[in-house]
Amino acid sequence: MTLYFTNEHEWLRVDGDTAVVGITQHAADELGELVFVETRPAGTQVKAGEAVAVVESVKAASDIYAPVDGEIVEGNAALADNPAVVSTDPQGEGWIVKFRLSNPAQLDGLMDAAAYAAFVG
Amino acid sequence: MGTDSSLLYTPLHSLHLDFGGKMVPFAGYSMPLQYADGIMAEHRHVRTHAGLFDVSHMGQVRLRARSGRVEDAALALERLVPADIVALKPNRQRYTQFTNPAGGILDDLMVIAQEDCLLLVVNAACKQADIAHMQARLDDCVVEPLPERALLALQGPQAEEVLAGFDPKAAPMRFMDVCTLNIGGVDCLVSRSGYTGEDGYEISVSAAQAEHVARLLLGNPHVKLIGLGARDSLRLEAGLCLYGADIDETTTPVEAGLEWSIQKSRRAGGARAGGFDGADIILDQLANGVTRRRVGLLPTGRAPVRHGAPLFADAALQSPVGVVTSGAFGPTLEAPVAMGYVATPHAATGVELTAELRGRGVPARVASLPLVPARFKR
Repeated sequence: MTLYFTNEHEWLRVDGDTAVVGITQHAADELGELVFVETRPAGTQVKAGEAVAVVESVKAASDIYAPVDGEIVEGNAALADNPAVVSTDPQGEGWIVKFRLSNPAQLDGLMDAAAYAAFVG
Repeated sequence: MGTDSSLLYTPLHSLHLDFGGKMVPFAGYSMPLQYADGIMAEHRHVRTHAGLFDVSHMGQVRLRARSGRVEDAALALERLVPADIVALKPNRQRYTQFTNPAGGILDDLMVIAQEDCLLLVVNAACKQADIAHMQARLDDCVVEPLPERALLALQGPQAEEVLAGFDPKAAPMRFMDVCTLNIGGVDCLVSRSGYTGEDGYEISVSAAQAEHVARLLLGNPHVKLIGLGARDSLRLEAGLCLYGADIDETTTPVEAGLEWSIQKSRRAGGARAGGFDGADIILDQLANGVTRRRVGLLPTGRAPVRHGAPLFADAALQSPVGVVTSGAFGPTLEAPVAMGYVATPHAATGVELTAELRGRGVPARVASLPLVPARFKR
């Protein structure tokens, strides 16, 4: 498994042709406590940059974008009752969608943990 | 962020940074959106304990008649607002609006009567326009901005206990009373009012002493700093209007459900009926009703329905009847809360409407305001 990061503050944990996608601790801290998460349904085909989920804090709604092209396999059903786990454990229990990659070569454009740490500063 | 040189700072800027404030631009000021605990925890703290807000970005203005008589300042201000200002007794405060000739609202404000002048508290984003409006229209008055005054709000069920610990005169004050209190050696002009639906106080203090007073209040373990994020969710649950969202130049006080702030003396048949901008329209609406009303809304589910969401009479989103003007997740109700304008036939409490959210319909029931009961000390 390999961990990638995007400049939209998402992480992908890639295993073969599937990836688990979530938001980084930095993004979770910026958004504040979440009150609602809605993922697009399994089977949805998305291009890199299209929304896979919307997360809502008290104050605002934010889209979570597909880092690469692919198909949504599963949304994290636990978030319906407990959206706050995205804030408290964004890189674990607070994962958002599972995703099947249609163009794994796009991963080459993403950051590794060290590059992301430098990006966030 | 906190170091953006184009933004103005309030006198409490360094305090916000010390307490981990997440600073955001708001009405030209760098203001704390939240502190380390976050909006939900801050909101709940105000409903259960006491929260301290920096609202120094708001405009404080002294209005003095050239004659020196406060009665003349009140008569003058009544040319611009529909409230009865003449009857406002010294050391009392009243809510009103600056109106325009179409009956719309230029700004909403608080007016405090003093022995010799009026003190106004206006919205930050409107204050320059408000000052210019008064200077242009009230040539019998001197309009004096008070930028050297800071404004704090102490809100919540423990606010009285906290403030009375510094000056016992805080305790017997009633809602909208105004009194000079001594907080740790500093004279502050304090009103028993606020923007949260809770009991509480707004504290006008010299900018030079503001941080000293704030730190004294924060020395009480019941008191936490609260940011603009929780201020917004608290006022929304309390059914209080945000200028620029729920009221603006296109909404009248009657459409906004603010007719309680227009006293009998200014209505048809009153001693000083009309005489303010847009009076013909507003008095007609008071007599004959309006085509739309501001209402509370309780969307079902957990997804917040926000400003701009269209409202429909039917689940198929075919019959538009209004629009959401404020919406968020209400931490007290643990559910989405909203306000909006709805065509009068659909504006009764209990009517089931549908809000459009990301292309789909969300059932939303019209609810009476406030959405969380107010706890003012009447």
